[in-house]
Amino acid sequence: MSTLTNNSFVNIFKANKGIIVVLILLFVALSIMSPVFLTTNNLITLFQQITINTFLALGMTYVIILGGIDLSVGAIVAMSGTVTVGLMVNSGLPIVLAIVIGLALGTLLGLINGAVITQFGLPPFIVTLATMYVGQGIAYIYSGGRSLRVTDEAFTKLGTTRILDLIPIPIIYMAVFIIIFSVILMKTRFGASIYAMGGNREAARLSGIPIKRIEITVYTLTGFMSAFAGIVLAARMYSGQPSVGQGYELDAIAACVLGGVSMAGGKGRISGTVFGAIVIGVVSNGLNLMGVISFWQLLVMGLIILVAVIIDSQKGKKLPFNLAFLKRANHDQSV
Amino acid sequence: MPSTVLEMQAISKSFGGVQALDGLHFELEEREIHALLGENGAGKSTLIKVLGGIHKPDGGKILIDGQEVSIEKVQDAQALGIGIIHQEIVLVPHLSVAENIFLGREPVKKSGFKNMALMNQQAQEMVAQLGLNIDVRKNVSELSIAQQQLVEITKAVSFDIKILVMDEPTSSLTGEDVQNLFHTMERLRDKGISIIYISHRFEELFSMTDRITVIRDGTYVGTKRTRETNTNELVKMMVGRNIENLYTRTKAEVEKREILRVEGLSKENFFRDIDFTVHAGEIVGFSGLVGAGRSEVMLSIFGAHKYETGKVYLYDQEIHIKSCIDAINHGIAMVPEDRKDQGLVLKNSVGFNLTLANLRNLMKNPLIISEAKRKESIQKYVNDLRVKTASADISVSSLSGGNQQKVVLAKWLSINPSLLILDEPTRGVDVGAKSEIYSIMNQLANQGLGIILISSDLPEILNMSDRVCVMREGELVKTLEEKEDITQETIMNYATGGDNIKL
Repeated sequence: MSTLTNNSFVNIFKANKGIIVVLILLFVALSIMSPVFLTTNNLITLFQQITINTFLALGMTYVIILGGIDLSVGAIVAMSGTVTVGLMVNSGLPIVLAIVIGLALGTLLGLINGAVITQFGLPPFIVTLATMYVGQGIAYIYSGGRSLRVTDEAFTKLGTTRILDLIPIPIIYMAVFIIIFSVILMKTRFGASIYAMGGNREAARLSGIPIKRIEITVYTLTGFMSAFAGIVLAARMYSGQPSVGQGYELDAIAACVLGGVSMAGGKGRISGTVFGAIVIGVVSNGLNLMGVISFWQLLVMGLIILVAVIIDSQKGKKLPFNLAFLKRANHDQSV
Repeated sequence: MPSTVLEMQAISKSFGGVQALDGLHFELEEREIHALLGENGAGKSTLIKVLGGIHKPDGGKILIDGQEVSIEKVQDAQALGIGIIHQEIVLVPHLSVAENIFLGREPVKKSGFKNMALMNQQAQEMVAQLGLNIDVRKNVSELSIAQQQLVEITKAVSFDIKILVMDEPTSSLTGEDVQNLFHTMERLRDKGISIIYISHRFEELFSMTDRITVIRDGTYVGTKRTRETNTNELVKMMVGRNIENLYTRTKAEVEKREILRVEGLSKENFFRDIDFTVHAGEIVGFSGLVGAGRSEVMLSIFGAHKYETGKVYLYDQEIHIKSCIDAINHGIAMVPEDRKDQGLVLKNSVGFNLTLANLRNLMKNPLIISEAKRKESIQKYVNDLRVKTASADISVSSLSGGNQQKVVLAKWLSINPSLLILDEPTRGVDVGAKSEIYSIMNQLANQGLGIILISSDLPEILNMSDRVCVMREGELVKTLEEKEDITQETIMNYATGGDNIKL
């Protein structure tokens, strides 16, 4: 319930009790069923697999707590990846410049999301649906629909280096961003403003919170994270592919939802989202190990999300009955 | 001796460990308007929900016309002729009045389509029977709040009810609309319907009701004939102690310095040519009917809305306020009218809400909020305003109305304002908290703040204001300067444009 409190391990555990229990059960079950699951190598692979989704889900957490949604993140992954690689390989731009342009382009699309939503008062769902197509369009136009290969090690190392010959560098990026996003959300005025706006936009405005600026910043930040994810992904795959990223936005939303971020806004934590991303990773990794084909993985994932959300909604019912009553009252007045 | 329509005997209900109703007793006679009075949390709503089949009582008996009945679910209550009008309007805004009245039981033609002509005709008859002048073909969203409330009543009555429960129906109405509602209630009573009426406004209870039952902490305190009781007695019954003087206004000598001056403020269709001043140490009341433009003027000064022409001076310096942020930077604070929609982030904690407007002064460094300063500020205001909360970390929605309002007030006091605008600060607040809010206002004014008080509660305006500005249809028609001019009659006279409406 409280947001601006200590982010200690005890608190993190308390706030995410449900999903941590799920995670432990999954770990135990998979360790028994697969001898490979609980090996260092596999766990490292698992964490590497969730990095891209986590980059997107961190931004998405802010967006959803704010009361919005961003469908364009997957498209930005594809766009920034192809453009960055294309600028290096086809146009011969220096790596740093290509990366800066790739990041800037994704950030710009995020900025456009925020600006259009606030200036025209349009629903985020529709605006980001449109920019999703725009982003995908740019990725296909720029690449001509082909996968752009890159072999320059200076670039690919950004996604493939292993620290101490063990930990893939995307995991380090992920850890750094988790800490940054967590601190911003819990300890800064910007973070408090996000919660306030998601909980009650009008009250936030009347409390002197610059709501438009905050909203634009949040979408811009999400655009940046998506662009970053796109570049890391391109480096890891040795190529910029216009077709990647489709459906990534839904994986990011799933991580948030599993982690207890309320789609109604105003509630959620970075730690929850991270656990959500881990659960998604563990399920797909575990099913892979057991040789379950990916069609079945989709089905299992869907069931897990359903169960998690149902459990979450039941938790809500234990709150005093007048809370539900308030929800209805708010709804009536908003119509 | 009139016969008893409804008897509720020894009703008990607990939620978890909380005893909401404890052996409560209530009796309703035929053709009477019976008020249910009690502080927030006394159990009124729970009792109504038991009667309406929303909650099942743990113990006790309900008798209707002397027959014991069991009300297990909402449909049972409806079948027994009990109609309930809740505080919030629950109509479908984009359907017509007639469609709302017949929602779920529309007359159909042989073809299976809705018989709109028949529906409109029957609905219009029902509306006319209650003496109302509403076009039933209009969409509900086109009606005023007051008219919507009357539609709710029409709908409830259309179910052939014997007992009508009205839960604070006037909380968003003033003047004429209240009168209209009262006429409708009288008609209902004449038709043989008994009414249970919940309201915090004493003047209404005295002008409308036949009897008053007071409950406190889920227990029955007593029932009085309205003619034979008075405010003091009722307040004493409600709070279980004497509140000697509800209103505290002891004007201290404060250097008479002008804080705010407004000249010719206008916004088309909202307000015209508003001039007024507020001095240090002064409480300026703003009275008028709902829709007179009082809140709009203040929201414009606070930067939440925009005004079109006119000038605003603060300490004799012209200021240009484009947003709430500007207003706050100039030391203007506003407790808005609607606590839940505008004042609080209900999902968040007491502490979160308390510090929301003042976080910039609670920073450890330019980026990070200081946890220590935050805690210190929360502690100070929880203590100063005596906010009753188990901890600063619990959700603000779990607090009572009065304590929620104190949290909003504290949020604004934390920015150290020089001008404090209060829009209906005691609406939906129980007597105990009301008296505390008045004493805080008095104290703040005596410390040199300028306070603007918008209120539809006339006794509050009369007792707390040093001067009263009366607004009517977007214009400030009169400023009453002298204490002896500030009377109910003069205010209502100016507010309504001379037609002397009895309130």
